Amino acid sequence: MTEAALLTCHDVTRVFDGLVANKDISIEIHQGEIVGLIGPNGAGKSTLFNLIAGSFPVTSGCIMFGGRDITGLPAAARCHAGIARTFQVPRSFDSMSVLENVIVGALVHYPRSRAARVKALEVLDYAGLSGRTAHPAGDLTPPERRRLEIARAIATEPRLLLLDEVLTGLTPSESREGVDLVRRIRESGITVVMVEHVMEVVMPLVDRAIVLNLGEVLAEGSPAEIVRDPAVIGAYLGTRNHAA
Amino acid sequence: MDASVSVSGAIAAFRRDRWREMALAGLLVAAAATIPLFVHDVYTMNVLILTLLYAALSQSWNILSGYCGQISLGHALYFGLGAYTTSILYVHFGVLPWFGLAIGGALAALVALALGAMCFRLAGHYFTIATIVIAEIGLTLIHNWDYAGAAMGIQWPFGPDSWASLQFARDKTPYFHFVLGLFAVTWLVTWVIEESRWGYWWRAVKDNAPAAESLGVTIFSSKMMAAAISAFFTAVGGGFYAAFLSYIDPDSVMSFRLSLLMALPAVIGGIGTLWGPVIGAAVLIPITELTRSFIGGTGAGTDLIVYGGLIMVIALARPEGLLSLLPSRSRESRT
Amino acid sequence: MGLIYALIAVGLSLIFGLMDVVNFAHGEFLMVAMYAMFGLVVVTGFDPILLTPVVAAAMFMFGAFAYVGVVRFAMRAQSNKGMVQIFATFGLAVLLQGVAQTLFSPDFRNLPGAWLTGKTLDLHGIFLPWPQLYGCLVSILAFLGLWLLMTRTDFGKALEATREDRGAVALVGIDANKVFMLGWGLGAALTGLAGAVLAVFYYIHPQVGASFALIAYVTVALGGFGSVFGALAAGIIVGLVEAATTLILPPSLKSIGIYALYLVVVLVRPSGLFGKA
Repeated sequence: MTEAALLTCHDVTRVFDGLVANKDISIEIHQGEIVGLIGPNGAGKSTLFNLIAGSFPVTSGCIMFGGRDITGLPAAARCHAGIARTFQVPRSFDSMSVLENVIVGALVHYPRSRAARVKALEVLDYAGLSGRTAHPAGDLTPPERRRLEIARAIATEPRLLLLDEVLTGLTPSESREGVDLVRRIRESGITVVMVEHVMEVVMPLVDRAIVLNLGEVLAEGSPAEIVRDPAVIGAYLGTRNHAA
Repeated sequence: MDASVSVSGAIAAFRRDRWREMALAGLLVAAAATIPLFVHDVYTMNVLILTLLYAALSQSWNILSGYCGQISLGHALYFGLGAYTTSILYVHFGVLPWFGLAIGGALAALVALALGAMCFRLAGHYFTIATIVIAEIGLTLIHNWDYAGAAMGIQWPFGPDSWASLQFARDKTPYFHFVLGLFAVTWLVTWVIEESRWGYWWRAVKDNAPAAESLGVTIFSSKMMAAAISAFFTAVGGGFYAAFLSYIDPDSVMSFRLSLLMALPAVIGGIGTLWGPVIGAAVLIPITELTRSFIGGTGAGTDLIVYGGLIMVIALARPEGLLSLLPSRSRESRT
Repeated sequence: MGLIYALIAVGLSLIFGLMDVVNFAHGEFLMVAMYAMFGLVVVTGFDPILLTPVVAAAMFMFGAFAYVGVVRFAMRAQSNKGMVQIFATFGLAVLLQGVAQTLFSPDFRNLPGAWLTGKTLDLHGIFLPWPQLYGCLVSILAFLGLWLLMTRTDFGKALEATREDRGAVALVGIDANKVFMLGWGLGAALTGLAGAVLAVFYYIHPQVGASFALIAYVTVALGGFGSVFGALAAGIIVGLVEAATTLILPPSLKSIGIYALYLVVVLVRPSGLFGKA
């Protein structure tokens, strides 16, 4: 691995009122990867996700992106730097049409609205939502909303796309379409980091998985390695035992 | 490639719609400009002038509160600022109202930025109440500021009719054309905004601020921009009002009631839309004046009953505004 | 006076904190209460102190009715919920003013010799007017009662629950509509108490609501929406600040102190002093 990583987290720690959500997390994400961020509930996946996206600041540690220190950068600036994200519960702009939602994203790199509109139409076509462009975003079905989230994020022409549980709770055919979309996104040159719960769908998709547990990195490696790692198994089974 | 064909087709259709809208507006304005040829009754003229003024004011208000979602009920502050600035500059310093209007507008924009810096961190109702409170402070201060006439207000000096001083004693037609022009400008600004990145950003911020941020929108500066533009035009309207009446006093240009009246046409007609404030003003102002003239004179308050009842009914029955009654005009059909 | 402001404010806070509904007709509720007291006194000749509970009860009905008749529809709005409430209740306010003006004419009125009018309490040389003291008493009792209601009874808990998650409470068998209706009734009743008390020493006219309303909104926001205690604390603070301001500045500027206070507080604590926003 001679090329520099696209995203690096150095000893990233985040504390909320005494609760340590992320502790000394150090990971690297490389250009062109699809990386899965997994772990049992409460492992700190969402926290790390939000830290990378810029929703709140780190308590300590630093985050580098494309060679630049972005630790202090606010969310909007990170988008301009090339990091895009989706939200777990889709946050669509309901007073606007599907197309207009995506235009907001496209404006990042196409400030003139006419060009943004063209870009948005293309992205919607790519994401399979061409038939719904004129509909108000509030009218979409939940799977369509997820695709809108993704389309909107892609329209910002990111280098890194953070997906928050986009494959959770889908029917098998919807899952297949979702997986296909993520693959196409990677093929178009965007690096993807996905937070996920649904192991069966995610493992075949990702190149690499990072497992978090209790706020720290537990294991890293290919899906095959992770699945056989006794510590990982222990973390998941352990949680299940406590619940029972 | 089918995709690119449909894209360019969609774009072409969109451009057609946009220019059609512009053409419609142009036609309306041109038609309206001829009204003074037919109408000579002073009372009717007054109602028309007020209607256009409120349309312009409501349109300005709509920019901050409708599109950007920051509901301000203290806009009378800017109206009053414009009115007083123009009046003081003219009466005490002889500065022509044309400049007075511009200066008043600029001043209002600056004040809006300063207030915004303070208040935009506030959410929803807290923000709205802050705007009300600030306007009330302004009103109270003016009430007690002798230089600005305190409670007595400011009277413009009588003089010959002239466009330079915006004073026309006998024939109100020039006022009509001026306010028509003002309205046309605010409409045009809104039209441009609707398709500009600012417009998209504001609506995104209104709908879901964190999501907007994740798409690269800086929330704070967006709100500030909306506030400044909104305040500017409101103040210009205020300056015009002062020239129109040739007399202002604190309660007529800075009261809370006025703030509500500026917002009402937009809400009734369709908040956050291009034509909403226009329709709202066209419906509301004539009705207000008519009920007041025909029923209100007895002091029995029945005009208030009618007025209040009407507002209630519309607000409840059609929350999206009267605009939604016209299917072809809804934004969703435009792509 | 601070406690009376608090009383008015808590009625509003209850309604707002409950349902995210801002009632722009709140001032007019006050006015209605005052007129109700006036009417009752004139008709029955009883002393206002005796009639206070009657007015409160009447206002309860009024508030519940207002909810059922008007607000319920406002809350169904899909879009622009905030604006619909503001303007629907604004329309209601204007309507009520009009009705009052029609029925009672725009003249100022005041209650003819009530038992407490003009009497003062001599506390080591400080003269406290009895009507205001009565108001304080009523206010304190009302707050106590409210606190008990909110924390001890099922209804109070239902109110809180419905506020937090309207959808979920249906699953537990709570009828949101009924809860809100009662909540509005309660809010109106509290305002009714305030109105009943004020009627003893304040002039009654159709616009009287407006002057109190603004102070009420500021008080509620200052205390924080949704917090009963906040409304109480804020009310007292507002009353004190207003009194202090009149000592320093000319009387026409008396409200500035309160407004400035609101801005300062809200800058430091964007949800008011105790707000749950």
